[in-house]
Amino acid sequence: MTTSTPKRPPARPWRLSLSDPRVAGLFWQILVVGIAVAIVAFLWSNAIHNLSVRRISTGFAFLGREAGMPIADSWIDYTPKDTYLRAFIVGIVNTLRVAVIGIVLATVIGTLVGIARLSSNWLLARLAAVYVEVLRDLPLLLQLLFWYVLMQGLPAARQAWKPVEGVYLSNRGLILPSVPLHEANWWTILALVAGLIVFTFVRRRLIAQQMLDGKARPAWPYALGLVVALPALVSFLSGASWSIALPELRGFNFVGGLTLAPEYFALLIALVTYTSAFIAEIVRSGIQAVPRGQSDAAKALGLKRSFVLQHIVLPQALRVIIPPMTSQYLNLTKNSSLAVAVGYQDIVSVANTTLNQTGQAIESIALIMMVFLTISLGISLFMNWYNARIALVER
Amino acid sequence: MSSVAHLPQDPLPIGPRPAPRALGGHLTAWLRANLFASIPSSIMTLLLLFLLGKACIGLWQWGIANAVWIVSGNDSSACRALRGVGACWAVVPEKYRFILFGTYPFSEQWRPALAVVIFIALFAVSSRRSFWRKELFLLWAAALIMIGCLMWGGFLGLSFVTQDRWGGLPVTLILATFGLAFGFPLGILVALGRRSKLPAIRSLCVLYVELIRGVPLISLLFMASVMFPLFMPDGVNIDKLLRAQIAFILYAGAYLAEVVRGGLQAVPRGQYEAGDALGLSYWQKHALIVLPQAIRHVIPPLVNTFIAFFKDTSLVLIIGIFDLLTTAKTAIVDPAWQSFSVEVYVFVGVIYFVFCFAMSRYSRSLEAQRGTN
Repeated sequence: MTTSTPKRPPARPWRLSLSDPRVAGLFWQILVVGIAVAIVAFLWSNAIHNLSVRRISTGFAFLGREAGMPIADSWIDYTPKDTYLRAFIVGIVNTLRVAVIGIVLATVIGTLVGIARLSSNWLLARLAAVYVEVLRDLPLLLQLLFWYVLMQGLPAARQAWKPVEGVYLSNRGLILPSVPLHEANWWTILALVAGLIVFTFVRRRLIAQQMLDGKARPAWPYALGLVVALPALVSFLSGASWSIALPELRGFNFVGGLTLAPEYFALLIALVTYTSAFIAEIVRSGIQAVPRGQSDAAKALGLKRSFVLQHIVLPQALRVIIPPMTSQYLNLTKNSSLAVAVGYQDIVSVANTTLNQTGQAIESIALIMMVFLTISLGISLFMNWYNARIALVER
Repeated sequence: MSSVAHLPQDPLPIGPRPAPRALGGHLTAWLRANLFASIPSSIMTLLLLFLLGKACIGLWQWGIANAVWIVSGNDSSACRALRGVGACWAVVPEKYRFILFGTYPFSEQWRPALAVVIFIALFAVSSRRSFWRKELFLLWAAALIMIGCLMWGGFLGLSFVTQDRWGGLPVTLILATFGLAFGFPLGILVALGRRSKLPAIRSLCVLYVELIRGVPLISLLFMASVMFPLFMPDGVNIDKLLRAQIAFILYAGAYLAEVVRGGLQAVPRGQYEAGDALGLSYWQKHALIVLPQAIRHVIPPLVNTFIAFFKDTSLVLIIGIFDLLTTAKTAIVDPAWQSFSVEVYVFVGVIYFVFCFAMSRYSRSLEAQRGTN
């Protein structure tokens, strides 16, 4: 018995003809890449020529110059005397501010509406369907302008609507009560975050031990200690005060409290409602994708209702939900650039002003693209990591 | 004998179960099953009915009962008297010609109107399954050329109208439709390139798709409006609308490429191999065997992508091109009508909604058909 090894056919000699697939492949690649390079080179040489004619110097040196651009709504200190670089940083912070809060709110509202669409209550399911259908079929920019106009039509600060004590809605935006954060408060928050992280590890370890011997170990004493007692202790020791600052009307404007400017508030409402309609559809289809037999089987095993939802239905639904959800998060972040239409100064708006002031078109747009590509990459990496974590583990 | 005595009496036969208690008549049964199934459900229903009723009454009073429907001769005083109490729908008959057709010469506005009709007819024809043949491409080419001729004019006694006077609904439809018509072939090429075995072509296509999809559309439009002139040789001056159209085509190409790629992945390997076995060339194999199947697979997501484009065309507002949303926003710059933007936005919103809703219904019906097949 001779073991026959599969014989590889002898390598064919190259023929200088397009009928040889290797030669054809090489030819097409060189052709396409050559054309692409030629186009880029042509555009680039034109750009160099045009810039020299218009006396615009290339490069990012302009970032060090004084911006002279007012930015009303900023979380970090900024005056028009600051540099363009600082203005760009303010813009990036503003973009992230609207994107992160928008993603959180859109996820919450979208999930609620998605579940409502599956409700056995006919009226609730219908209303949720109307919400989704109307918001999905109107351009986001139209919705944004609509909310902004409504915002401007609100009464002046003196006649502000006051739905709850300390909350005012006027043409100055939404004013909320706030808790002033001093150093001591930050220590407490730090302790809370640290406690949460440690608790996550402890809980994971408890579950691992339960896997070995089958004995359930309650996690709540640890939760009480790490997430409640520890921050409370730190708060007490550092002497943090948690007094709530209520906004007050003084003159024509409000003092104290947290102000959401009308531009920011309109943008946030538009982004959140628009994206939540898409998320609702994703959540609905994700839940419907879990076969009914799964929860029936779990109930037949005598598992508790909350356990069934948490450990049987949700993990399977999430596998369907996460990938399209990621692209909705990316969409929301990219759509936040519509801020320029209502004058909220996000990165696109700051770059646009810079472009008009300095003529540095290529650099400004390159900065926009860099920022968004970085944010997109960050969200994608995080969601891919999360997706891999919840993915079905197969043999 | 005795053993028999131990036996119990014949077990009573189980009689038929009583019929379930009727919930009531047809309507009552439905109400109890769908609105008042349990106590929380009933509370929810009552709460929603209360809120819905309040909203409806408010909207009725503002939008219909107290509304001003028509005024004579651009006089908005009647509207301003009712500001905040009633809607001013009179702004719509006053401004609809401008909103729909922009600054197109007033006496010639039948031409853009006809163009819109041709667009709608084109969509209607394309949606019929029996028209999904090669001839459809010819029909599209003919219709798009006809629209171009109508809009520009300059022959048969039609006066020439430059692009900067076009506006309103035709511009929205042009941007979306031409974006699709040119972006679709581009998308097919890029999708094929992304699945190609040639590394240079594949990476070029990946770079293109990921770059375009990674940045907001606005930055592409800024590029088209501000950067594009920098990249052109001296003396070449391309119209703003055309530049925006190019940006849209590039944008559409990247997104459509991903849709088509999904379809290509759904075609079984055997189909490719069968094509190879028949001795077809790469292009023959794709044009005759693979693509027809791939595209049929992805028609519902293609329609959804088209809905997204249709909505995204509104972004040209930011670079100052007169599409439907820009004309609406410009119409209310008029001091007399300044404070009635909500009414104008509602009017424009209805137009957008009708188009998008029709398309999304169509896409869903296609999916339902495929489910039953």
